[in-house]
Amino acid sequence: MHSVLQALGVHAQHIELVWHTMLWVCGFMYLLVIAFLIHAIWRRRGDSDAEAPRRMSVALAGWIGLMVLGLFGLTLTSFLTDRALVHAASEPQVTLKITGYQWWWEIEYTNPDPSRQVRTANEIHLPVGAQVLAELGSNDVIHSLWVPSLNGKRDLIPGRPTEISLQPLRIGRYRGQCAEFCGLQHAKMALEVVVESQQDYDAWYERQLAAAPPASEARAARGQQVFFNTACNLCHAIAGTDAAATVGPDLSHVASRRMLAAGALPNDPEHLRRWLQNPQREKPGNHMPIVSLGRDDLDALIAYLGTLQ
Amino acid sequence: MSAQSPSLDGEWLDESATRQRLEKTWDDAPGLWGALTTLDHKRVGLRYIVTAFGFFGLAGVAAFVMRLQLAHAENDLVGPDLYNQLFTMHGSTMMFLFAVPIMQAVGIYFVPLMVGTRAISFPRLLAFSYWIYLFGGLLLWTAFFLNIGPDAGWFAYVPLSGPQYSPGKRVDIWAQMITYTELSSIAVAVSTIATIFKQRAPGMALNRVPLFVWAILVMSFMVLFAMPSVMIGSSFLIMDRLVGTHFFNPAEGGDALLWQHLFWFFGHPEVYIIFIPALGMVSSIVQTFSRRPVFGYPLMVLSLIATSLFAFGLWVHHMFATGLPRLGNSFYTAASMVIAIPTGIQIFGWIATVWLGKPRFTTPFLFIIGFIVVFVIGGLTGVMLASVPLDLQVHDTYFVVAHFHYVLIGGGVFPLLGAVYYWFPKITGRLLDERLGKLNFWLFFIGFNVTFFPMHYLGLAGMPRRVYTYSSGLGWDGLNLLATGGAVLIAISLLLLAFNIVRSLRSGAAAGANPWDADTLEWATSSPPLSFNFTHIPLVTGSHPLWDSERLHVMRGLRLDERELVLTTVLDAQPDLREPSVPPSIWPFLAAIAVGTMFVTSIFSPWAVIVGAIPIAITLTAWFWPKSAAEEEIEQ
Amino acid sequence: MTLLVVVALSACHRENRYFEAPPGTDVAPTQVAMSSLVAGQSSAQFREQQRKEYEENAYHLSEGKRLFTSFNCTGCHAHGGGGSGPALMDDRWIYGGEIDQIYLTIVQGRPNGMPAFGGKIPPQQIWQLAAYVRSLGGHGPKAARPSRDDHIQIPAEQGRRDEELNTAPAQTD
Repeated sequence: MHSVLQALGVHAQHIELVWHTMLWVCGFMYLLVIAFLIHAIWRRRGDSDAEAPRRMSVALAGWIGLMVLGLFGLTLTSFLTDRALVHAASEPQVTLKITGYQWWWEIEYTNPDPSRQVRTANEIHLPVGAQVLAELGSNDVIHSLWVPSLNGKRDLIPGRPTEISLQPLRIGRYRGQCAEFCGLQHAKMALEVVVESQQDYDAWYERQLAAAPPASEARAARGQQVFFNTACNLCHAIAGTDAAATVGPDLSHVASRRMLAAGALPNDPEHLRRWLQNPQREKPGNHMPIVSLGRDDLDALIAYLGTLQ
Repeated sequence: MSAQSPSLDGEWLDESATRQRLEKTWDDAPGLWGALTTLDHKRVGLRYIVTAFGFFGLAGVAAFVMRLQLAHAENDLVGPDLYNQLFTMHGSTMMFLFAVPIMQAVGIYFVPLMVGTRAISFPRLLAFSYWIYLFGGLLLWTAFFLNIGPDAGWFAYVPLSGPQYSPGKRVDIWAQMITYTELSSIAVAVSTIATIFKQRAPGMALNRVPLFVWAILVMSFMVLFAMPSVMIGSSFLIMDRLVGTHFFNPAEGGDALLWQHLFWFFGHPEVYIIFIPALGMVSSIVQTFSRRPVFGYPLMVLSLIATSLFAFGLWVHHMFATGLPRLGNSFYTAASMVIAIPTGIQIFGWIATVWLGKPRFTTPFLFIIGFIVVFVIGGLTGVMLASVPLDLQVHDTYFVVAHFHYVLIGGGVFPLLGAVYYWFPKITGRLLDERLGKLNFWLFFIGFNVTFFPMHYLGLAGMPRRVYTYSSGLGWDGLNLLATGGAVLIAISLLLLAFNIVRSLRSGAAAGANPWDADTLEWATSSPPLSFNFTHIPLVTGSHPLWDSERLHVMRGLRLDERELVLTTVLDAQPDLREPSVPPSIWPFLAAIAVGTMFVTSIFSPWAVIVGAIPIAITLTAWFWPKSAAEEEIEQ
Repeated sequence: MTLLVVVALSACHRENRYFEAPPGTDVAPTQVAMSSLVAGQSSAQFREQQRKEYEENAYHLSEGKRLFTSFNCTGCHAHGGGGSGPALMDDRWIYGGEIDQIYLTIVQGRPNGMPAFGGKIPPQQIWQLAAYVRSLGGHGPKAARPSRDDHIQIPAEQGRRDEELNTAPAQTD
């Protein structure tokens, strides 16, 4: 779900109310102007009326009064909603740290206990109804986090920490996207927010904490070797192995994610193959280089990545 | 009109002899030399207009290519690299090379005519400004065709536009172009302000000044305050990029948001800089075709001034998503709401004028009706964007794209096209075809709405701006295709306008001095106007010189054998001084070349600033060389 | 006129964003000598070709600069000033300063700490790194070279002062 008009978060619903108020008030004002215009054009013109300009001045006074009243009402609505937004989700149950990279999102679940921290990319899981606070930062240029169905947007600015709170109200998958122009692949910098029941969320969280299982099956084991002997591990991390680089997204549980490359492609073996063969064709300009691999190596690598549930 | 006037030696001349002497004094040299040295505000203004429409065409083609790319999901007509260049070029050109210059250009052409003077103030500065503007625009578009087109957006947010994330010279070109063309804007503003304050015809007190002239005056003051901000910003940016300063580097105490403040302190007033002159055009056209004075003149003037003041107090509404303090944001919400009031008053004023008058449905008038219908939508969505919570949702989405096209095309281009139909006869002496004009209007009106209205919904449905492609299945496909279809209609309507213009230039009906029976002084002279505008300087006795009485009063006593103007007092326009106007000169052109060379070469080496200062100094010295004794004599 | 065309063409190449390497420019120098595909092409010609392709292109250089930090070259070489590894901006080279020589140094590694990245970094990226390393020493057209970056900059004199402090702790105490 990806729309301002399908508000399924507490914040988005507050804002949706502002939208409806605005739409009705402004719509009414617009109709008034158009009605006046139509009448001005097509009214029957009799003899010139000496009183007309004076009556028009009275009408102008009325119009100014109406405008002031309407704008005052809208400003008040805006202020009150802003207040409500501040007070919503003031006691967060889940805290995240989201960092923008050209052109993907790093997501860390903060926890006082370092062993219970989780790092992932491009997919946020949240328990339904929970109050969430996300600290935002950027590794390079300005990005902007926007999940329209949950809340408005907030910029991720280098050197200037910001934060945003969320409170999803219904189970489902919500699409989010970068909203501040951030370079070549701004268009393909999306993320997904997966809102699920508390049990499902807890189960997911525990899975994320687990290290990658040893590659037992022969092909996967070979794929793991490919991962470590070619370029992959220079940029990507897999928990429980030696791969700990932070240049690209964390792949510890990549197979559990629904999308690849920040929402650019669906995550299935077919698309994964296309992606690995030539990431520059699928998402031109992104920072993943073309690594030429033999057919067998590629098959093995895909099999290995598939085990990272 | 008085048939005779004294020449230098006191002999009495008839009308045609006077005119001949004035022609000898004021006409430019023939040929290329005359073209390069001319100081005639009409020639320079027309050049500005033609050049600006040229850039409008280029930027329009860029927009059309973008619309084609977005016609369906995952299209691969242009890649991300070219697309980013295209939207940067489109935005930068439309804002810096089309919208502001063309509004100033119409002012350059018509302000001296409307206030009844023979020349603009500081004509050499004006000539200089045109060349600067032309070179700046050519620099940008040459760079684009050489694949050095800027690609960081017309807003060029750091750090993306900074040295680390924009390699090569692309953004350097952009930053220098900005500094450079804004210089020309400021120069024009200075010229027009001085003209309006000191050169109004005797008797044209401030409360008799046409609303268009008021609008240009207000806009020129805004230019003086807004443009330095972006020039400082672009200079900081290029210093960060070329000589390693740290204005925008957070790690070294700089701040990425500093750029946004500098940019939007200019960028928001910029919208009103475009919009306010357009309001002046609307007033002129409404008045002429309603055949009565605009309703509530003092209120209209005060609204213009109020708008210009508020416009400087709401730039932060472009930055609500950056997480600034909420109390501060509330202030900007309130300010953004309040600015709707003066605009609402003016809308009322025009409709009331139509209501009270007897409207004639000519093409210019249709464009003004279109303006009201379209622009009010843009104004109201602007009110929506003023609200922090709602802005956080729709900021940087297609909703905003729709909003500002409704404001800028609705509030800028509709009046401008009306003005083209309105003033074309004055400039060329020929009328545009009304039937084609009406077709032009309807195609443009329908095409515009088909293109941009769906974008409101696209934004609400989550489509962000500045994306070169989008995935299918998000519900954006159909409306994007529709918008592209609308763009085709817009393109056809503009081609129709071009055809109409070319046809009229060849075989249009002769216009005569005042084809619309309008009231302001530009219609008191021949079409096209003579190089000296008026054979006799008019004497103004009311707010509507050509409506107030059958015959126009004139004054005499200016020299015929030297370029001479009458200066009047600022408030009441009492005759004050006789002032010489400078003769044509090549130095503004040469100085512009020197400045241009310095700006372009400084992109490649900071030393160019120092070396390049030498030719600038030489040309400026020659330009400002003390006057000859003969010229001094006239002043006494 | 010719000059203008030359300037124009160089601008086109300088500003192009090569997301995929043009054919023949992402191969290793050793492959050139052995490969029959490019028979007749001497290593000098190849060097010149690679130099042109990578050193005169702003995008390649900026990618090289990004990778230089990403792959932690800065850990030993700092931002060119050197640390536990040699300085790269002084144009003094132990294993040769031509672009293909730097390429081989990155691929093969060198004694006393330089790891071998052969088979790890894809060839195009190694070329970008090599070109960037050369640009640190002032090679290649200035118009293409990266400017300052957005991280903390340590002025040269401050670096020296720190060194002095480190070498003479007894006196400062």
